[in-house]
Amino acid sequence: MSIQDQVIAILAEQAVLEPSDVTMASTLEDLGIDSMGVVESIFAIEEAFDVSVPFNANQPGASDFDISSVASIVAGIERLKAEQG
Amino acid sequence: MKRVVITGAGTINALGLNVPDTMAAMQNGVCGIGPLEFRDVDRLSIQIGGQVKNFEAEARYNRQQMSLYDRFTQFTLAAAKQAIDQSGLTFSGELSAKAGVVLGTAGGGVSTWDDNYRAVYEEGKNRVHPFVVPKLMNNAAAAHVSMEHNLKGPSFTVSTACASSNHAMAQAFAMVRSGMAPVMVTGGSESMLCFGGVKAWEGLRVMSRDACRPFSANRNGMVQGEGAGVFVFEDYDHARARGADILCEVIGFAMTSDASDIVMPSKAGAARAMKGALQDAQINGDQVGYINAHGTGTTANDKTECAAVADVFGAHADRLMISSTKSMHGHLIGGTGAVELLACIMALRDGVIAPTIGYQEPDPECALDVVPNVARDAKVTVALSNAFAFGGMNAVIALRKI
Repeated sequence: MSIQDQVIAILAEQAVLEPSDVTMASTLEDLGIDSMGVVESIFAIEEAFDVSVPFNANQPGASDFDISSVASIVAGIERLKAEQG
Repeated sequence: MKRVVITGAGTINALGLNVPDTMAAMQNGVCGIGPLEFRDVDRLSIQIGGQVKNFEAEARYNRQQMSLYDRFTQFTLAAAKQAIDQSGLTFSGELSAKAGVVLGTAGGGVSTWDDNYRAVYEEGKNRVHPFVVPKLMNNAAAAHVSMEHNLKGPSFTVSTACASSNHAMAQAFAMVRSGMAPVMVTGGSESMLCFGGVKAWEGLRVMSRDACRPFSANRNGMVQGEGAGVFVFEDYDHARARGADILCEVIGFAMTSDASDIVMPSKAGAARAMKGALQDAQINGDQVGYINAHGTGTTANDKTECAAVADVFGAHADRLMISSTKSMHGHLIGGTGAVELLACIMALRDGVIAPTIGYQEPDPECALDVVPNVARDAKVTVALSNAFAFGGMNAVIALRKI
Protein backbone atom coordinates (compact mmCIF):
# COMPACT_ATOMS: atom_id res chain seq x y z
CA MET A 1 0.00 0.00 0.00
CA SER A 2 1.27 3.48 -0.83
CA ILE A 3 1.81 6.05 1.89
CA GLN A 4 -1.24 7.88 0.60
CA ASP A 5 -3.47 4.81 0.81
CA GLN A 6 -2.19 3.96 4.28
CA VAL A 7 -2.81 7.49 5.56
CA ILE A 8 -6.29 7.47 4.08
CA ALA A 9 -7.00 4.10 5.69
CA ILE A 10 -5.82 5.35 9.10
CA LEU A 11 -7.85 8.55 8.92
CA ALA A 12 -10.93 6.78 7.56
CA GLU A 13 -10.82 4.32 10.46
CA GLN A 14 -10.46 7.17 12.94
CA ALA A 15 -13.36 9.07 11.35
CA VAL A 16 -15.47 5.90 10.98
CA LEU A 17 -15.76 6.53 7.22
CA GLU A 18 -15.08 4.51 4.10
CA PRO A 19 -11.62 5.19 2.58
CA SER A 20 -13.43 6.31 -0.57
CA ASP A 21 -14.95 9.19 1.45
CA VAL A 22 -11.47 10.56 2.22
CA THR A 23 -9.73 12.64 -0.46
CA MET A 24 -6.33 14.29 -0.60
CA ALA A 25 -8.01 17.66 -0.16
CA SER A 26 -9.95 16.63 2.97
CA THR A 27 -9.02 18.39 6.19
CA LEU A 28 -9.20 16.54 9.50
CA GLU A 29 -11.99 18.92 10.45
CA ASP A 30 -13.91 17.93 7.27
CA LEU A 31 -13.59 14.33 8.37
CA GLY A 32 -14.96 15.11 11.84
CA ILE A 33 -11.72 14.18 13.63
CA ASP A 34 -11.50 16.14 16.90
CA SER A 35 -8.35 17.10 18.81
CA MET A 36 -8.10 13.75 20.63
CA GLY A 37 -8.73 12.04 17.30
CA VAL A 38 -5.81 13.97 15.82
CA VAL A 39 -3.53 12.73 18.59
CA GLU A 40 -4.74 9.16 18.05
CA SER A 41 -4.24 9.47 14.28
CA ILE A 42 -0.69 10.69 14.76
CA PHE A 43 -0.01 7.75 17.07
CA ALA A 44 -1.36 5.37 14.41
CA ILE A 45 0.79 7.04 11.73
CA GLU A 46 3.91 6.75 13.91
CA GLU A 47 3.18 3.07 14.48
CA ALA A 48 2.44 2.37 10.82
CA PHE A 49 5.45 4.17 9.35
CA ASP A 50 7.92 3.79 12.19
CA VAL A 51 8.51 7.52 12.33
CA SER A 52 8.39 10.08 15.09
CA VAL A 53 6.01 12.91 14.24
CA PRO A 54 6.94 16.24 15.82
CA PHE A 55 3.53 17.40 17.00
CA ASN A 56 2.43 19.27 20.10
CA ALA A 57 -1.34 19.34 20.58
CA ASN A 58 -1.03 22.70 22.34
CA GLN A 59 0.51 24.29 19.26
CA PRO A 60 -0.72 22.30 16.27
CA GLY A 61 0.25 25.11 13.87
CA ALA A 62 3.72 25.59 15.30
CA SER A 63 5.13 22.16 14.52
CA ASP A 64 7.03 21.28 11.35
CA PHE A 65 4.48 18.63 10.60
CA ASP A 66 1.54 20.12 8.72
CA ILE A 67 -1.73 18.35 9.53
CA SER A 68 -4.00 20.77 7.71
CA SER A 69 -5.03 18.24 5.05
CA VAL A 70 -4.58 14.63 3.99
CA ALA A 71 -2.17 15.83 1.27
CA SER A 72 -0.02 17.75 3.76
CA ILE A 73 0.11 14.76 6.12
CA VAL A 74 1.22 12.48 3.28
CA ALA A 75 3.88 15.02 2.28
CA GLY A 76 5.05 15.23 5.89
CA ILE A 77 5.44 11.49 6.17
CA GLU A 78 7.30 11.29 2.87
CA ARG A 79 9.72 13.92 4.19
CA LEU A 80 10.21 12.06 7.48
CA LYS A 81 10.82 8.78 5.65
CA ALA A 82 13.31 10.53 3.34
CA GLU A 83 15.16 11.98 6.35
CA GLN A 84 15.35 8.48 7.83
CA GLY A 85 17.16 7.47 4.64
CA MET B 1 -32.29 14.42 57.23
CA LYS B 2 -33.57 12.27 54.39
CA ARG B 3 -34.04 8.52 54.52
CA VAL B 4 -31.92 6.74 51.90
CA VAL B 5 -32.86 3.60 49.99
CA ILE B 6 -31.27 1.42 47.33
CA THR B 7 -33.32 1.21 44.15
CA GLY B 8 -30.89 -0.45 41.78
CA ALA B 9 -27.99 -2.87 41.89
CA GLY B 10 -25.56 -4.18 39.31
CA THR B 11 -22.44 -6.29 39.35
CA ILE B 12 -19.76 -8.07 37.39
CA ASN B 13 -17.67 -10.55 39.40
CA ALA B 14 -16.35 -14.08 39.32
CA LEU B 15 -19.70 -15.47 40.51
CA GLY B 16 -21.82 -13.84 37.85
CA LEU B 17 -22.20 -11.08 35.29
CA ASN B 18 -25.31 -9.66 36.98
CA VAL B 19 -27.03 -9.55 40.38
CA PRO B 20 -29.42 -12.54 40.05
CA ASP B 21 -26.62 -14.88 38.93
CA THR B 22 -24.33 -13.61 41.68
CA MET B 23 -26.95 -14.07 44.39
CA ALA B 24 -27.85 -17.54 43.09
CA ALA B 25 -24.16 -18.49 43.26
CA MET B 26 -23.86 -17.11 46.80
CA GLN B 27 -26.96 -19.07 47.77
CA ASN B 28 -25.48 -22.26 46.35
CA GLY B 29 -22.05 -21.70 47.87
CA VAL B 30 -20.38 -21.65 44.47
CA CYS B 31 -16.65 -21.02 44.41
CA GLY B 32 -15.67 -18.53 41.69
CA ILE B 33 -11.97 -18.91 42.45
CA GLY B 34 -9.89 -20.86 39.96
CA PRO B 35 -6.70 -20.88 37.91
CA LEU B 36 -5.73 -17.43 36.65
CA GLU B 37 -5.51 -16.95 32.90
CA PHE B 38 -3.30 -14.15 31.59
CA ARG B 39 0.12 -13.54 30.10
CA ASP B 40 3.12 -14.73 32.16
CA VAL B 41 0.97 -16.33 34.86
CA ASP B 42 3.52 -19.16 34.95
CA ARG B 43 6.04 -16.71 36.45
CA LEU B 44 3.79 -16.14 39.48
CA SER B 45 3.89 -18.18 42.65
CA ILE B 46 0.22 -17.32 43.22
CA GLN B 47 -1.81 -18.66 40.32
CA ILE B 48 -5.41 -18.58 41.56
CA GLY B 49 -7.98 -15.82 41.73
CA GLY B 50 -11.61 -14.87 41.33
CA GLN B 51 -11.25 -13.90 37.70
CA VAL B 52 -14.21 -12.69 35.63
CA LYS B 53 -14.75 -15.08 32.72
CA ASN B 54 -16.85 -14.72 29.56
CA PHE B 55 -17.22 -10.95 29.98
CA GLU B 56 -16.54 -10.38 26.25
CA ALA B 57 -15.59 -6.73 26.43
CA GLU B 58 -15.11 -6.47 22.66
CA ALA B 59 -18.76 -7.41 22.14
CA ARG B 60 -19.92 -4.79 24.67
CA TYR B 61 -17.81 -1.81 23.63
CA ASN B 62 -16.67 -0.40 20.31
CA ARG B 63 -13.08 0.16 19.26
CA GLN B 64 -13.01 3.80 20.36
CA GLN B 65 -14.48 2.90 23.76
CA MET B 66 -12.01 0.05 24.18
CA SER B 67 -9.14 2.49 23.65
CA LEU B 68 -10.43 4.49 26.65
CA TYR B 69 -11.83 1.79 28.98
CA ASP B 70 -9.46 -0.13 31.20
CA ARG B 71 -10.95 -3.39 32.47
CA PHE B 72 -11.96 -1.73 35.77
CA THR B 73 -13.94 0.84 33.77
CA GLN B 74 -15.49 -1.85 31.58
CA PHE B 75 -16.75 -3.68 34.68
CA THR B 76 -18.02 -0.46 36.23
CA LEU B 77 -19.97 0.64 33.17
CA ALA B 78 -21.64 -2.76 32.83
CA ALA B 79 -22.60 -2.84 36.51
CA ALA B 80 -23.77 0.80 36.49
CA LYS B 81 -26.04 0.15 33.54
CA GLN B 82 -27.66 -2.80 35.31
CA ALA B 83 -28.21 -0.72 38.46
CA ILE B 84 -29.61 2.31 36.68
CA ASP B 85 -31.82 0.18 34.44
CA GLN B 86 -33.22 -1.56 37.50
CA SER B 87 -33.89 1.77 39.24
CA GLY B 88 -35.92 2.93 36.25
CA LEU B 89 -34.34 6.39 36.48
CA THR B 90 -33.31 8.53 33.54
CA PHE B 91 -31.27 11.58 34.33
CA SER B 92 -32.36 14.90 32.87
CA GLY B 93 -33.10 18.44 34.02
CA GLU B 94 -32.72 19.14 37.72
CA LEU B 95 -32.21 15.48 38.62
CA SER B 96 -29.32 15.28 36.20
CA ALA B 97 -27.80 18.49 37.59
CA LYS B 98 -27.89 17.21 41.18
CA ALA B 99 -27.23 13.47 40.82
CA GLY B 100 -23.62 12.31 40.83
CA VAL B 101 -21.41 9.27 41.04
CA VAL B 102 -18.95 8.32 43.78
CA LEU B 103 -16.97 5.14 43.24
CA GLY B 104 -14.14 3.33 44.96
CA THR B 105 -11.07 1.72 43.48
CA ALA B 106 -7.69 0.98 44.98
CA GLY B 107 -5.61 0.64 41.85
CA GLY B 108 -7.60 2.09 38.95
CA GLY B 109 -6.29 1.01 35.58
CA VAL B 110 -3.70 -1.47 36.80
CA SER B 111 -3.58 -3.52 33.61
CA THR B 112 -3.15 -0.35 31.56
CA TRP B 113 -0.09 0.54 33.66
CA ASP B 114 1.08 -3.06 33.33
CA ASP B 115 0.64 -3.32 29.56
CA ASN B 116 2.35 -0.02 28.86
CA TYR B 117 5.24 -0.50 31.26
CA ARG B 118 5.76 -3.84 29.56
CA ALA B 119 5.76 -2.13 26.18
CA VAL B 120 8.34 0.51 27.10
CA TYR B 121 10.53 -1.45 29.54
CA GLU B 122 10.39 -5.03 28.33
CA GLU B 123 9.72 -4.57 24.65
CA GLY B 124 11.77 -1.40 24.38
CA LYS B 125 9.06 0.59 22.61
CA ASN B 126 9.41 4.34 22.77
CA ARG B 127 5.82 5.26 22.19
CA VAL B 128 2.52 4.50 23.96
CA HIS B 129 -1.06 5.08 22.94
CA PRO B 130 -2.23 8.67 23.51
CA PHE B 131 -5.02 7.62 25.87
CA VAL B 132 -2.90 5.80 28.43
CA VAL B 133 -3.42 8.53 31.04
CA PRO B 134 -7.20 8.95 30.69
CA LYS B 135 -7.50 5.16 30.61
CA LEU B 136 -5.55 4.36 33.76
CA MET B 137 -6.58 7.26 36.01
CA ASN B 138 -8.49 6.23 39.13
CA ASN B 139 -11.47 8.44 38.33
CA ALA B 140 -11.86 7.13 34.78
CA ALA B 141 -14.67 4.73 35.71
CA ALA B 142 -16.66 7.38 37.58
CA ALA B 143 -16.12 9.82 34.73
CA HIS B 144 -17.43 7.42 32.10
CA VAL B 145 -20.46 6.58 34.25
CA SER B 146 -21.21 10.30 34.56
CA MET B 147 -20.94 10.76 30.78
CA GLU B 148 -22.92 7.66 29.92
CA HIS B 149 -25.81 8.51 32.25
CA ASN B 150 -25.76 12.31 32.28
CA LEU B 151 -24.84 12.65 35.97
CA LYS B 152 -23.78 16.27 36.44
CA GLY B 153 -23.69 16.56 40.23
CA PRO B 154 -20.86 15.74 42.65
CA SER B 155 -18.71 12.99 41.17
CA PHE B 156 -15.36 11.63 42.29
CA THR B 157 -13.39 8.55 43.20
CA VAL B 158 -12.35 7.35 46.62
CA SER B 159 -9.22 5.31 47.10
CA THR B 160 -8.73 3.68 50.49
CA ALA B 161 -7.37 0.30 49.47
CA CYS B 162 -9.70 -2.52 50.55
CA ALA B 163 -12.26 -0.12 52.03
CA SER B 164 -12.57 2.09 48.92
CA SER B 165 -16.10 0.98 48.00
CA ASN B 166 -17.40 1.26 51.53
CA HIS B 167 -15.95 4.74 51.90
CA ALA B 168 -17.47 5.68 48.54
CA MET B 169 -20.91 4.31 49.42
CA ALA B 170 -20.79 5.93 52.86
CA GLN B 171 -20.02 9.24 51.19
CA ALA B 172 -22.85 8.81 48.67
CA PHE B 173 -25.20 7.90 51.50
CA ALA B 174 -24.23 11.03 53.44
CA MET B 175 -24.84 13.17 50.36
CA VAL B 176 -28.35 11.80 49.80
CA ARG B 177 -29.18 11.86 53.51
CA SER B 178 -28.17 15.50 53.82
CA GLY B 179 -30.35 16.49 50.87
CA MET B 180 -27.36 17.50 48.78
CA ALA B 181 -28.29 15.04 46.02
CA PRO B 182 -31.59 13.18 45.48
CA VAL B 183 -29.80 10.28 43.81
CA MET B 184 -26.20 9.06 43.85
CA VAL B 185 -24.73 6.23 41.82
CA THR B 186 -22.12 4.51 43.97
CA GLY B 187 -20.06 1.39 44.60
CA GLY B 188 -16.68 0.46 43.24
CA SER B 189 -14.55 -1.73 41.06
CA GLU B 190 -11.14 -3.30 40.74
CA SER B 191 -9.17 -5.23 38.18
CA MET B 192 -5.70 -6.12 39.39
CA LEU B 193 -5.59 -9.63 37.98
CA CYS B 194 -2.68 -9.14 35.63
CA PHE B 195 0.98 -10.09 36.00
CA GLY B 196 2.12 -6.90 37.73
CA GLY B 197 -0.99 -6.67 39.91
CA VAL B 198 -0.64 -10.16 41.33
CA LYS B 199 3.16 -9.95 41.49
CA ALA B 200 2.86 -6.91 43.76
CA TRP B 201 0.51 -8.76 46.12
CA GLU B 202 2.77 -11.82 46.14
CA GLY B 203 5.46 -9.69 47.70
CA LEU B 204 3.43 -9.24 50.88
CA ARG B 205 3.36 -13.00 51.51
CA VAL B 206 -0.27 -12.95 52.60
CA MET B 207 -1.76 -14.77 49.64
CA SER B 208 -3.07 -18.31 49.62
CA ARG B 209 -1.94 -20.68 46.88
CA ASP B 210 -5.00 -22.91 47.12
CA ALA B 211 -8.16 -21.32 48.57
CA CYS B 212 -9.67 -18.51 50.61
CA ARG B 213 -10.95 -20.07 53.87
CA PRO B 214 -12.03 -17.23 56.15
CA PHE B 215 -12.35 -18.04 59.86
CA SER B 216 -11.21 -21.63 59.33
CA ALA B 217 -8.29 -22.64 61.58
CA ASN B 218 -6.35 -23.86 58.53
CA ARG B 219 -6.80 -20.63 56.55
CA ASN B 220 -3.64 -19.57 54.78
CA GLY B 221 -4.31 -16.21 53.23
CA MET B 222 -6.33 -14.12 50.88
CA VAL B 223 -7.20 -14.69 47.24
CA GLN B 224 -7.68 -11.78 44.89
CA GLY B 225 -10.82 -11.24 42.85
CA GLU B 226 -11.93 -8.65 40.32
CA GLY B 227 -15.13 -6.99 39.22
CA ALA B 228 -17.53 -4.23 40.16
CA GLY B 229 -20.61 -3.51 42.21
CA VAL B 230 -22.70 -0.41 41.55
CA PHE B 231 -25.87 0.81 43.28
CA VAL B 232 -28.43 3.56 43.00
CA PHE B 233 -28.83 5.32 46.36
CA GLU B 234 -32.00 7.40 46.38
CA ASP B 235 -33.90 9.71 48.68
CA TYR B 236 -36.71 7.55 50.11
CA ASP B 237 -39.42 10.15 49.36
CA HIS B 238 -38.14 10.53 45.80
CA ALA B 239 -38.23 6.75 45.34
CA ARG B 240 -41.69 6.40 46.88
CA ALA B 241 -43.12 9.24 44.82
CA ARG B 242 -42.21 7.45 41.60
CA GLY B 243 -43.23 4.02 42.85
CA ALA B 244 -39.72 2.58 42.66
CA ASP B 245 -38.95 -0.96 43.80
CA ILE B 246 -36.86 -0.57 46.96
CA LEU B 247 -34.21 -3.21 47.68
CA CYS B 248 -33.38 -2.05 51.22
CA GLU B 249 -32.64 1.04 53.29
CA VAL B 250 -29.21 2.40 54.14
CA ILE B 251 -29.44 3.60 57.74
CA GLY B 252 -25.97 4.58 58.84
CA PHE B 253 -22.23 4.34 58.54
CA ALA B 254 -19.02 5.10 60.33
CA MET B 255 -15.45 5.62 59.25
CA THR B 256 -12.49 5.28 61.59
CA SER B 257 -8.75 5.27 61.30
CA ASP B 258 -6.53 2.98 63.38
CA ALA B 259 -3.70 5.49 63.26
CA SER B 260 -1.34 2.69 64.21
CA ASP B 261 0.09 0.41 61.50
CA ILE B 262 0.17 0.47 57.71
CA VAL B 263 -0.87 -3.18 57.31
CA MET B 264 -1.71 -4.80 60.69
CA PRO B 265 -5.40 -4.47 61.59
CA SER B 266 -6.50 -3.07 64.93
CA LYS B 267 -9.33 -4.47 67.01
CA ALA B 268 -10.08 -1.05 68.44
CA GLY B 269 -10.32 0.64 65.04
CA ALA B 270 -12.66 -2.05 63.69
CA ALA B 271 -14.78 -2.00 66.84
CA ARG B 272 -15.09 1.77 66.80
CA ALA B 273 -16.26 1.61 63.17
CA MET B 274 -18.98 -0.96 63.92
CA LYS B 275 -20.06 0.86 67.07
CA GLY B 276 -20.10 4.13 65.17
CA ALA B 277 -22.31 2.70 62.44
CA LEU B 278 -24.82 1.45 65.03
CA GLN B 279 -24.82 4.85 66.69
CA ASP B 280 -25.23 6.68 63.39
CA ALA B 281 -28.14 4.38 62.48
CA GLN B 282 -29.62 4.84 65.98
CA ILE B 283 -29.98 1.15 66.59
CA ASN B 284 -28.88 -1.27 69.29
CA GLY B 285 -26.40 -4.03 68.60
CA ASP B 286 -28.98 -6.73 69.30
CA GLN B 287 -30.98 -5.64 66.26
CA VAL B 288 -28.15 -6.74 63.94
CA GLY B 289 -28.83 -10.19 62.52
CA TYR B 290 -26.08 -10.44 59.93
CA ILE B 291 -22.62 -9.02 59.35
CA ASN B 292 -20.89 -9.35 56.03
CA ALA B 293 -17.37 -9.63 57.36
CA HIS B 294 -14.25 -8.15 55.88
CA GLY B 295 -13.11 -11.78 56.37
CA THR B 296 -10.06 -11.85 54.14
CA GLY B 297 -8.85 -15.29 55.17
CA THR B 298 -5.60 -13.96 56.61
CA THR B 299 -4.59 -14.97 60.11
CA ALA B 300 -4.49 -11.39 61.30
CA ASN B 301 -7.73 -10.02 59.87
CA ASP B 302 -10.08 -12.81 60.82
CA LYS B 303 -9.12 -13.10 64.47
CA THR B 304 -8.99 -9.33 64.93
CA GLU B 305 -12.37 -8.90 63.26
CA CYS B 306 -13.98 -11.60 65.40
CA ALA B 307 -12.54 -10.08 68.57
CA ALA B 308 -13.88 -6.68 67.52
CA VAL B 309 -17.35 -8.15 66.88
CA ALA B 310 -17.28 -9.79 70.33
CA ASP B 311 -16.33 -6.46 71.91
CA VAL B 312 -19.06 -4.50 70.18
CA PHE B 313 -21.93 -6.96 70.48
CA GLY B 314 -21.17 -8.72 73.79
CA ALA B 315 -23.42 -11.75 74.30
CA HIS B 316 -25.30 -10.96 71.09
CA ALA B 317 -22.13 -11.75 69.12
CA ASP B 318 -22.95 -15.44 69.61
CA ARG B 319 -26.45 -15.01 68.22
CA LEU B 320 -25.75 -13.00 65.06
CA MET B 321 -24.47 -14.51 61.82
CA ILE B 322 -21.25 -13.35 60.21
CA SER B 323 -19.96 -14.65 56.88
CA SER B 324 -17.27 -13.82 54.38
CA THR B 325 -18.30 -14.11 50.75
CA LYS B 326 -14.65 -13.49 49.76
CA SER B 327 -14.40 -17.28 50.03
CA MET B 328 -16.48 -17.35 46.83
CA HIS B 329 -15.64 -14.24 44.78
CA GLY B 330 -12.21 -13.49 46.19
CA HIS B 331 -11.04 -10.16 47.55
CA LEU B 332 -12.00 -7.45 45.09
CA ILE B 333 -9.77 -4.96 46.93
CA GLY B 334 -11.25 -1.51 46.20
CA GLY B 335 -14.42 -3.06 44.77
CA THR B 336 -15.00 -5.61 47.47
CA GLY B 337 -17.43 -3.74 49.72
CA ALA B 338 -19.68 -3.09 46.76
CA VAL B 339 -19.98 -6.72 45.70
CA GLU B 340 -20.34 -7.77 49.34
CA LEU B 341 -23.23 -5.34 49.82
CA LEU B 342 -25.18 -7.76 47.61
CA ALA B 343 -24.92 -10.40 50.34
CA CYS B 344 -26.46 -7.90 52.78
CA ILE B 345 -29.28 -7.09 50.35
CA MET B 346 -29.92 -10.81 49.85
CA ALA B 347 -30.07 -11.32 53.63
CA LEU B 348 -32.50 -8.45 54.18
CA ARG B 349 -34.71 -8.79 51.13
CA ASP B 350 -34.69 -12.52 50.47
CA GLY B 351 -33.94 -13.87 53.94
CA VAL B 352 -30.97 -15.89 52.66
CA ILE B 353 -27.60 -15.68 54.41
CA ALA B 354 -24.62 -16.26 52.12
CA PRO B 355 -22.21 -18.84 53.56
CA THR B 356 -18.49 -18.76 54.27
CA ILE B 357 -17.37 -21.58 52.00
CA GLY B 358 -14.12 -23.53 52.31
CA TYR B 359 -14.64 -23.71 56.08
CA GLN B 360 -12.89 -26.82 57.38
CA GLU B 361 -11.69 -26.43 60.98
CA PRO B 362 -13.07 -24.31 63.81
CA ASP B 363 -10.69 -21.68 65.13
CA PRO B 364 -11.15 -20.79 68.81
CA GLU B 365 -10.08 -17.26 67.91
CA CYS B 366 -12.97 -17.01 65.43
CA ALA B 367 -15.67 -18.65 67.54
CA LEU B 368 -18.70 -16.98 65.93
CA ASP B 369 -21.50 -18.31 63.74
CA VAL B 370 -19.73 -17.90 60.41
CA VAL B 371 -22.49 -19.69 58.43
CA PRO B 372 -20.06 -22.42 57.38
CA ASN B 373 -20.26 -23.79 53.85
CA VAL B 374 -24.03 -23.78 53.37
CA ALA B 375 -26.40 -20.82 52.94
CA ARG B 376 -29.09 -20.41 55.56
CA ASP B 377 -32.65 -19.10 55.55
CA ALA B 378 -33.10 -16.50 58.26
CA LYS B 379 -35.15 -13.39 58.89
CA VAL B 380 -32.82 -10.44 59.29
CA THR B 381 -33.90 -6.83 59.76
CA VAL B 382 -30.51 -5.11 60.10
CA ALA B 383 -27.19 -6.01 58.48
CA LEU B 384 -23.71 -4.52 58.63
CA SER B 385 -21.04 -4.59 55.96
CA ASN B 386 -17.46 -4.33 57.20
CA ALA B 387 -14.39 -3.12 55.35
CA PHE B 388 -11.04 -2.71 57.09
CA ALA B 389 -8.28 -1.51 54.80
CA PHE B 390 -4.52 -1.38 54.73
CA GLY B 391 -3.59 1.97 56.13
CA GLY B 392 -5.89 1.23 59.05
CA MET B 393 -8.85 2.89 57.36
CA ASN B 394 -12.19 1.35 58.22
CA ALA B 395 -15.71 1.89 56.93
CA VAL B 396 -18.84 0.09 58.09
CA ILE B 397 -22.28 0.51 56.55
CA ALA B 398 -25.60 -0.37 58.21
CA LEU B 399 -28.63 -1.48 56.18
CA ARG B 400 -32.24 -2.28 57.10
CA LYS B 401 -34.97 -4.37 55.55
CA ILE B 402 -37.80 -2.33 54.08
